[in-house]
Amino acid sequence: MALLEIRNIVRRFGDFTAVDGVSMSIESGEFFTLLGPSGCGKTTLLRMIAGFDSPQAGEILLDGKDLVSVAPEKRPIHTVFQSYALFPHMTVAENIAFPLRMRGMGKDEIGAKVKASLEDVRLADRGGRYPDELSGGQRQRVALARALVNRPRLLLLDEPLAALDMKLREQMQIELINLQREVGITFIYVTHDQTEALALSGRIAVMNAGRVEQLDEPSKIYDSPKNRFVADFIGTCNLIDAEVAASGDEKMVLEIKGLGEVMAKGKGEPGTRGTLALRPEKVRIGSHLSPETEENHFKGTVHDFLYMGDVTVYIVEVAEGVHVEALLPNSAAGRPRILAAGDPVEISWRYDAGTFLHE
Amino acid sequence: MSRKILAASGIAVYVFLYLPLLIVVAYSFNNSKLNAEWVGFTWHWYKVLLEDDAMLKAAGNSLFIALTASAVSTILGTMAGYALYRYKLKLLPVLVMAPLAIPEILVGVSLLIFYVSINLTLGLGSIILSHIAFCVGFVAIVVRSRLSGMDESLPEAARDLGATPWVAFRLVTLPLIMPGIIAGALLAFTLSIDDFVITFFTAGVGASTLPLQIYSMIKIAVTPEVNAISTLLMLVTLFIIVVASRISPDSIRGK
Repeated sequence: MALLEIRNIVRRFGDFTAVDGVSMSIESGEFFTLLGPSGCGKTTLLRMIAGFDSPQAGEILLDGKDLVSVAPEKRPIHTVFQSYALFPHMTVAENIAFPLRMRGMGKDEIGAKVKASLEDVRLADRGGRYPDELSGGQRQRVALARALVNRPRLLLLDEPLAALDMKLREQMQIELINLQREVGITFIYVTHDQTEALALSGRIAVMNAGRVEQLDEPSKIYDSPKNRFVADFIGTCNLIDAEVAASGDEKMVLEIKGLGEVMAKGKGEPGTRGTLALRPEKVRIGSHLSPETEENHFKGTVHDFLYMGDVTVYIVEVAEGVHVEALLPNSAAGRPRILAAGDPVEISWRYDAGTFLHE
Repeated sequence: MSRKILAASGIAVYVFLYLPLLIVVAYSFNNSKLNAEWVGFTWHWYKVLLEDDAMLKAAGNSLFIALTASAVSTILGTMAGYALYRYKLKLLPVLVMAPLAIPEILVGVSLLIFYVSINLTLGLGSIILSHIAFCVGFVAIVVRSRLSGMDESLPEAARDLGATPWVAFRLVTLPLIMPGIIAGALLAFTLSIDDFVITFFTAGVGASTLPLQIYSMIKIAVTPEVNAISTLLMLVTLFIIVVASRISPDSIRGK
C-alpha cells in the first residue's frame, strides 16, 4: 500500500480552480517532487497534505486512513516552510525542542534529542543563538532539524532552497539527498526550479493549471516529455510543428514544412499533426559533419549564437522560418573556432533524439 | 537657504509646543500665588497638593480608572485586532475604528443619554465603561499592525509541529505581538488618564478625576497648585511614552 494516496483532489478559490482533480500515490521512502510554474496548484496541494487547507472534493489517505478530517497538529507530517518559519523569539535549541515539547516529552529526553539533532546538522555550538543570528544556510538546517526531530512519516518541503544563493543551493541539494537517504523519511518537495527537481527527485509530478501533466522519473520526463508543456517547461527544447507522414512500431517519419522528412521515435497515425520535441544537446553541429551516421542530417546557416562559457548555444536556420537550437561544448576537441552568425553549418541528430508530441 | 528655513520652522514648532509646558512646570516651583512673575523657589505648592483631599481622591480615581480601563481594553482590543487581521470582515474595521474618528463630545453626549436611558448610575463605573469604549479601537489598531508584520507561516509552523490552535497562539503568536499589546496598553492608559470631554459627560456628580478636578479649580483661579498637579501628570505620561517608545521586537526576548 502506498504511504500517501491522493484521489481526485479539487480545491477552488472563488472562480479560480487551484487544484483540479489531482490523483497520485507516493510510496514510503520516496523523494517526490511537485514541479510547476507559480500558480499551478503545487503549494495548495502541499497545504492540503499538511492540513492548512481542505479539498472541496476528493480524498487524501495516509496509510490507507483518511487524512482530511485530521487536524494539522495530529498529522504525523511536518513541513519545512519557504521562509523557514523559525520562531524568532526562541533559540535554535528551543526551536528544535518545540515539536518534542508538544508531544509532552520529558525535559531530559528533549535535551538529549536536541543535542543529537544539532550535531546532525553541524550546529552543535549554535544551540543558544537566535535564528536571526544565523546565516541563510544555517537557518535552513535548523528548519530541517526541527521538522525531522520528531521522525514524521512524511516531510513536506515548500521551496526550501529558494532563498539561498546558487552556490549554497547546490551544496544544500547534495545535503538534502544525503539526509533523505540517511533518515529514510518520505519527502514531498515543492519547487518551480526544474533543474532542482531533476537533481533531487526519485519521481516528479509536473503540474500546470491545477492538473498533473506528467508523473515519472526525472530522466523519463526529460527524455520523453508527454506534451508540449512538459517539453517546454523542463530544460530547453526545440519545438517544431510537424505532421506524421509514415509510421512503424517504434520509428516514424515526420513531415516538417520547409525542411522535409525527419525521423523520430514512437508511432502515430499518418496525417496526425503535432510537435517535434528535440533537446539542443542532442543535436550535433559542425562546419562539416562526417558522413551520415545519424538519421537526420541538414545543412543550414548560423542565425545567432550565445556564448555561455562552458557551452555555446547556436540557433541554426535550416529552412525558411525553421530554426533549430544546438549546443556545442566549448571543450570540444579540434574545434577551430566559434562559429559566427552567417556561417554555413551542418546539423544532425539520431532518430530517437526527437519525440513526437500529439496535439 | 531652504535648509535654514526648515530648521528655523522646526525649532519654532517645538518652542511653541514645549515652552508653555516648561512655563507650567517652572511656575509650579514659584513662591507666589500668581503665575505672573518669578519670585523664588519653593516646594510649597506640592505640599498644598498633598494636603488637598479632593485632589488626592481625584488622582486616586484617575489612576484606578486608567488601570482598569487600559487592562480591559487591552484584552478586548487585542481580540479585536486579531479578528481584524484574521478575518476579512467588511463591517468590523468600521465598528472598531469609528469611535476614533467620531468627535469626543458626540461620544460623551451619546454615552450619557445611553446610560440615563438604561438607568445606569453615573460614577466610576460609567467612566470606566466609557474609557474602555474609546480605548479598544486604539489598542486594536496597534495590535493589528503588529500582527500584519508577522510572518503568517509562524503560527502555521507551530500547528504543523503539534500545537493546538490555542497553544500555537500562546507560545508563538502572543509573544511575537506582545510589544504591540504593551504599546497598546500604554496608549490606552495615557488616553484614559488625561481624558476630559467624555469623562465630563459620564462622571455624574460623585466621582471626579484629575482633569475634571483641575478644570473645576481653574474656574475659580489658576493657583500654582494646578501647575504642580499638571507637572506630576506630565511626568507620569512622559514616563509611559519613554517606556512605550523603547519597546522594540528585540526587547521582548530580553536582549
